[in-house]
Amino acid sequence: MEVTLSVNGTSHTLDVPDNALLVEVLRERLGLTGTHVGCDTSQCGACVVHMEGRAVKSCTVLAGQADGTDVTTIEGIGTADELHPMQEAFRECHALQCGFCTPGMIMAAIDLVRSNGNLDEQAVRDGLEGNLCRCTGYHNIVRAVLAARDNM
Amino acid sequence: MADTRTGIGAAVRRKEDARFITGAGRYTDDIDQAGQAYAVFLRSPHARATIGGIDAAAALRVPGVAAVYTGADLAADGIGDLPCGWLVKSKDGSDMIQPPHPPLAVDRVNYVGEPYGVVIADTLQAARDGAEAVATDFDELPAVVEVATADQADQIHESVPNNQCYDWELGDRAATDAAFAAADHVASLDIVNNRLIPNAMEPRAAVGDYDAASGVHTLYTTSQNPHLERLVLAAFVQVAPESRLRVVSPDVGGGFGSKIFVYAEETAVIWAAGKLRRPVKWRAERSESFLADAHGRDHVTKAELALSADGTFLGLRVNTIANMGAYLSTFASSVPTYLYGTLMAGQYKTPAIHVEVRAIFTNTAPVDAYRGAGRPEATYVVERLVETAARELSMDPAEIRRRNFIQPGDFPYETPVALTYDTGDYEASLDKALQHADYQGFAARRAASEANGNRRGIGFSSYIEACGLAPSQVALSLGAGVGLFESAEVRVNVTGSVTVITGSHSHGQGHETTFAQVVSDQLGIPIDDVEVVHGDTGRSDYGLGTYGSRSIAVGGSALTRATEKIVAKGKKIVAHTFETTDDDIDFEDGVFSERESNRSMTFAEVAFASYVPANFPLDELEPGLSEKAFYDPGNFTYPAGTHICEVEIDGETGVPTIVAFVAVDDFGHIINPMIVEGQVHGGLCQGIGQALLEHGVYDEAGQLVTGSYMDYCMPRADDVPSFTVDTTVTPCTHNPLGVKGCGEAGAIGATAAVMNAVTDALGVKSLAMPATPETIWKALGSAA
Repeated sequence: MEVTLSVNGTSHTLDVPDNALLVEVLRERLGLTGTHVGCDTSQCGACVVHMEGRAVKSCTVLAGQADGTDVTTIEGIGTADELHPMQEAFRECHALQCGFCTPGMIMAAIDLVRSNGNLDEQAVRDGLEGNLCRCTGYHNIVRAVLAARDNM
Repeated sequence: MADTRTGIGAAVRRKEDARFITGAGRYTDDIDQAGQAYAVFLRSPHARATIGGIDAAAALRVPGVAAVYTGADLAADGIGDLPCGWLVKSKDGSDMIQPPHPPLAVDRVNYVGEPYGVVIADTLQAARDGAEAVATDFDELPAVVEVATADQADQIHESVPNNQCYDWELGDRAATDAAFAAADHVASLDIVNNRLIPNAMEPRAAVGDYDAASGVHTLYTTSQNPHLERLVLAAFVQVAPESRLRVVSPDVGGGFGSKIFVYAEETAVIWAAGKLRRPVKWRAERSESFLADAHGRDHVTKAELALSADGTFLGLRVNTIANMGAYLSTFASSVPTYLYGTLMAGQYKTPAIHVEVRAIFTNTAPVDAYRGAGRPEATYVVERLVETAARELSMDPAEIRRRNFIQPGDFPYETPVALTYDTGDYEASLDKALQHADYQGFAARRAASEANGNRRGIGFSSYIEACGLAPSQVALSLGAGVGLFESAEVRVNVTGSVTVITGSHSHGQGHETTFAQVVSDQLGIPIDDVEVVHGDTGRSDYGLGTYGSRSIAVGGSALTRATEKIVAKGKKIVAHTFETTDDDIDFEDGVFSERESNRSMTFAEVAFASYVPANFPLDELEPGLSEKAFYDPGNFTYPAGTHICEVEIDGETGVPTIVAFVAVDDFGHIINPMIVEGQVHGGLCQGIGQALLEHGVYDEAGQLVTGSYMDYCMPRADDVPSFTVDTTVTPCTHNPLGVKGCGEAGAIGATAAVMNAVTDALGVKSLAMPATPETIWKALGSAA
């Protein structure tokens, strides 16, 4: 099937198998390997991207479902010279170690902050329940999200 | 004002983060090679079965399938077994029994998920379809699952009677028996240390490539120690000679021990790439990680502590059955012995200790090192027993520990279980932890909880660990198959920037930053002028990689030795330039200066001079400024500390909430406190996970019933609290940086602290881990 989607502001029209997943299109067709696959079952959140501005787990979105949508990945939110406030907060607060969960965690956290007016620590912890990190014990991730909340 | 210091001790923000936060990290699964094929493994659906036959004809007819290989194909090609790297001897002096461990099973399978074949195809989908089409004839046999009774069950391996790998002991049995005979009180516990599944967030992966023109095999893989991977694949498995095998371990998404080992999958992938003359790629699905990554822990233990009436420890007796799983993984044999029995003194002056460990095979996934590796299990035994003794003698849990601590004046302290602690101040950590935890205020907080119908408990864990496994001579005499040094190379470039090549490997630890801090500090150059290279056997001489919290203590020491050589060579160059002797040259803050004159050269000037040797006396002074060092430690390092957990339990539902967790650790000198705190946080979370959430469970048929994130309870953000972490400092006495190692402390100390708190809240002697709400709720009922 043919799908047309905008990824990080660039439009792509691609011929993909009917069962192609959005994450496969991003990683294998568009070379956007910042979006990771950690569990294949929509549990870990390493594959979170934004579709129409909302966080989705791209390992459980069919490419066909993304037809006609705007998709933003970790590569599309900031650059090394001009980081997104959430990227900057993750760096500043040491909210990452191995970096594997980080793109999905940052994308989920951006949506969490945008969608919630008054985030406190418990709300951040509840809101990130769908993103697993094995390195940080979440302590510094929570600090980073609360710091970015004030700068977004 | 922002802190701009970058040297040793500064909380420098990480250099590697720039790529990770922008999605530019390069993990193995991000690597694609032109023309690559995809591998899908055939895995046993049975815990124990013989293979009658494998019919691949239909699979080979699936469009795109290039090959189906089985264990027999690897064997026919001379591919050897996956070896275990540590030979443990039984009490009677006999060697442990190591059963055959072919990378792909040949005629029998021994755990669910064991690979016995691989389908390779042009696309991943075709490989999956091919794997579905393979018809394998299994004859199922009864599975041996329960480790406590496995010695009486069917024999799994022809060469292993009673399924027993070894029967090992450490310590003085007679002295321990005498201590118990003289004791006023004996505290005893039956302990199950639950099986854990490591679950690094990046699944294991491998890309094998073969260049026919040069005959070089290149393996990209998720390894904590690429040189070990190369050594095993070359020397034992015999995929290719070491000189024509390059192993690259790029960005690796967490390891926690599970990526130390040499596994079947990368072995098959690199072999198949040579066979097919094309690159072959494999990435584990998470369900494969659950089934076939080496698991952790899984001990059944009976432990007893003998005390005098005043709470003085007299003797400790430990009897453990350790589950090895179906085969010996790469370092499996060392975990319940040299990393477990040797830690039974803890922080205490217990004079007599005797430990017996039987390692037993079962039809389950292999068990090997997982964050802490033996030391969490030892800490759990000691600290649960100490807490039990305090309760039975009606003593304060802090005071019974204080009474028995090894004192600062006792170091170096030789334990009854083969280690010599170099330094420590255990009371300092305990006192600081008590303050942070507001121990004085606990009684009032407990009363408040009880007034609300809830329970509240507090638990201590005064742990010790041994990091930076060492020295090589001792380890080799105890059966280790590899040395335990580390290498470092400091290459000063012509313009004065520095490339550091380390044998350590970072998979989250931040070595690109901490190692650069060390070099920047020692050479007096900007941290941005230092690049750290790791994870490529094509770029570094040799290295032992990263595990056992060894990188800064061993790798950082090697680095220090190399920079010392750089400075010494620099002095020679400057002395030659100034026509004086190197004894007259000082080096400080990046400047070489002649004592008692105003002549000096900067580091960059010396670097340039070394590569433009206009008039060097070449018989005395070689051109260039590049030095290597191999550092073999004189001893382990011994990080230690006290963790205190306070837990509240809902009186109606049994749901436990950790309301406070304090960790005070002594890691010696600290290079980057921000990174050290992060290491502690992560370890604590894993330790809490073991206590309250995580459990790898097989049913009686040997099926893994916790094979996904729906069934295996990983700690999530809302399961853990924010932590209070602090440090005390007694510098390590035998390495040049005075550092100890911080990677595992959290996971070693936390579990016992949590379970001591939960059992305190419930008023029960012991409780099975994980202490889920259901388990706690049942205990609430029985205690009521």
